[in-house]
Amino acid sequence: MANRVQIRTSSSALIAMIADEDTITGFLLAGVGNVDLRRKTNYLIVDSKTTVKQIEDAFKEFTTREDIGIVLISQYVANMIRFLVDSYNKPIPAILEIPSKDHPYDPAHDSVLSRVKYLFSTESVASGRR
Amino acid sequence: MSGQTQRLNVVPTVTVLGVVKARLVGATRGHALLKKKSDALTVQFRQILKKIVSTKESMGEIMKNSSFALTETKYVAGENIKHSIRENVHSASLKVRSHTENVAGVKLPKFDYFIDGETKNDLTGLARGGQQIQACLAAYVKSIELLVELATLQTSFLTLDDAIKTTNRRVNALENVVKPRLENTISYIKGELDELEREDFFRLKKIQGYKRRELERQRLSAQAYAEEKVAEELSLKKGISLGTAHNMLSQATQKDEDIIF
Repeated sequence: MANRVQIRTSSSALIAMIADEDTITGFLLAGVGNVDLRRKTNYLIVDSKTTVKQIEDAFKEFTTREDIGIVLISQYVANMIRFLVDSYNKPIPAILEIPSKDHPYDPAHDSVLSRVKYLFSTESVASGRR
Repeated sequence: MSGQTQRLNVVPTVTVLGVVKARLVGATRGHALLKKKSDALTVQFRQILKKIVSTKESMGEIMKNSSFALTETKYVAGENIKHSIRENVHSASLKVRSHTENVAGVKLPKFDYFIDGETKNDLTGLARGGQQIQACLAAYVKSIELLVELATLQTSFLTLDDAIKTTNRRVNALENVVKPRLENTISYIKGELDELEREDFFRLKKIQGYKRRELERQRLSAQAYAEEKVAEELSLKKGISLGTAHNMLSQATQKDEDIIF
């Protein structure tokens, strides 16, 4: 049985973030932020002035970088690039949708949960009936 | 579509029959094993799904707490705290490690986070609200912990989903394509062998018939010859040769000058 998708194991991988300013500030405080020699950061602050193209580019960059293990993305930002997030199917880096201050968590839009909506019909969190 | 369950194109011999039967046994065993694997994976899948759902809910809670802590910090330490935090970013102190775990034959990735180097404690020494900042930091670290666990669950979930799909595809292929094909091949070979046997049998019977008729003819001709021989001997005893008697009779039909009548 050929293992077509190689799961990358690394001993130290960063956590990337695409979220609004407050969330990013909090995580930077915790020590997740990384700025390397070429001034490349592993986070992108999304505000009202950020274009969808910038978000797309950042997402693509984070998912292709070898040293990033997890990408945290605010749910309302994920909704802006929903097609990119939904078509992403690599196991690493893992894409996690987090709620933000103004947009509480909505399971109906989560890309992972919506994929298994068919498994649970009425009791599911992802069915949106709760 | 009957074209899909055709048979393999083979020469219908006994050895080939043995080979195909062995393949059928292998396919049956493989099918049972794969079904078991698929069931085990599905069980794991459902467990992980339940955990994901509960973890996502608690994540919502924890993120709310963390942003609350941040708001408190901003209130206490002033709005400029954000900028000082941003300026203070160098290399990440919170990183994740990934390794693979073998679950029911599938390699699932697993993340755990670790603190690399020391957390920057420069900010906590600020005169205004050092304690608040510390509390906020702790809250965010806790949420990272939960998020890393969630990332593990999510990637295992996606990998398992993929593995289940592949295994089910193989099970269905074996069940609906490979086994019927092999079974059809076996019945075809058996049919051909039976037909050959029947042909052989028929040929054998025909040859026996010929031989019997040949024997019968020989026997009759031998009998006729033997009867002639007996008659010849009898007539010799009586003084005439049957052969000459026959010649006289036959010559009588032709005009003989010596005979006046």
